[in-house]
Amino acid sequence: MKAELRESLANYLTALGDDELILAHRDSEWTGHAPILEEDIAFANLALDELGHASAWYRLAAELLDEDPDRHPDQLVFWRPATEFRNVRMVELPNGDWAFSMLRQYLFDAAEDVRLAALAASQHSVLAQAAAKLRTEELYHLRHTRAWVRRLGLGTAESNRKMQAALDLLYPNALQLFAESAGELELAQAGLVPRSDGLLSAWVALVTGDLTGCNLRIPDGNLSKPAGRSEHTPHLERLVAEMQEVARLEAGAAW
Amino acid sequence: MTGQIPNLDRVWQALEEVKDPEIPVISIVELGLIRQVGYADGRLLITFSPSFIGCPALDVMKREVRLRLQELGEGSVEIKTVFSPPWTSDWITPAGREKLRGFGLAPPPRHGGDLTAVLQQAARCPYCDSQATELKNSFGSTPCRSIFFCTSCVQPFEQFKPL
Repeated sequence: MKAELRESLANYLTALGDDELILAHRDSEWTGHAPILEEDIAFANLALDELGHASAWYRLAAELLDEDPDRHPDQLVFWRPATEFRNVRMVELPNGDWAFSMLRQYLFDAAEDVRLAALAASQHSVLAQAAAKLRTEELYHLRHTRAWVRRLGLGTAESNRKMQAALDLLYPNALQLFAESAGELELAQAGLVPRSDGLLSAWVALVTGDLTGCNLRIPDGNLSKPAGRSEHTPHLERLVAEMQEVARLEAGAAW
Repeated sequence: MTGQIPNLDRVWQALEEVKDPEIPVISIVELGLIRQVGYADGRLLITFSPSFIGCPALDVMKREVRLRLQELGEGSVEIKTVFSPPWTSDWITPAGREKLRGFGLAPPPRHGGDLTAVLQQAARCPYCDSQATELKNSFGSTPCRSIFFCTSCVQPFEQFKPL
């Protein structure tokens, strides 16, 4: 693989890892606070899975960059300033209410489902294999969050109203998951990653079917070109500061 | 070459002694996590297929593998993690399945690759063998467990998730 392609692909995978990592952090904030014990356990498990997936993407990026795959993930997580994270803004937003957190996880899981299915056909065989592996675990996520979307969308007037409010805020933000990344065209031409517009159509079809079936309206509004992944809300900086606090107390400590 | 065969047998035996720290009755061999064992350029190469990627027990098990093999006198060991073919619960051995059941965990039904279909099925209760059970939560106390309730013997139980 040419050097420019390696770098673009490493950046692409690091961004995917950042999405998983930051969402995992938000999910973990439900530990001890979810409305019922079962959901407390579920969100803790979702967080653990997404953290594992972040680690898998970071390791693949390390191999492309000739970095040590055992050390590179920690370097990215604990020693990068918030301004260098490339996650979408949707995952850094505070948890809000239960409907917001559940719908965010659902929209993300649906995006993962379509992206991983496409990445499983990547010409970079290690990436294709990892995508196929991750997708088997993600089936459990989508099943769980889809069931909750139905329960809340079709539940009471109040649960439906909260879900619609969450959808109105999250939907335009979720489109950022499908913004074309730098070098994507070349990566797609080399058969390494799918084109984002194709993923977007597949995702829209998937979530529109689910959501309209639950009496939820897809917001029409202004779905203009989403912001780039280097633009963040002020929430990210606080999240990253908390995530890195312990590691930065004592650089190089073994734990 | 033939002289190495007894060595490999000893390695497999040592690996049989490495248990899942969260399900201490089953070994990593019975779980199907070890795909290959062999020597290459004087190094012992263990091919390891992770079950649930985020499971923290995986690192514990890999550490334990290194320790056991050091005790055997294997100086140079490489544990290679592979994602392909992806680990499936179908690889859990028949003996491993019986140990899961004895531990109170319903073994994962075999699915032959069709995970979506098997997710529709009710688990079989490890205590009374009834299939009159309800899924309570896809997620449990570890990444590999779901929580069910048996309406026959009126008890909750966990299932090792099919993957």
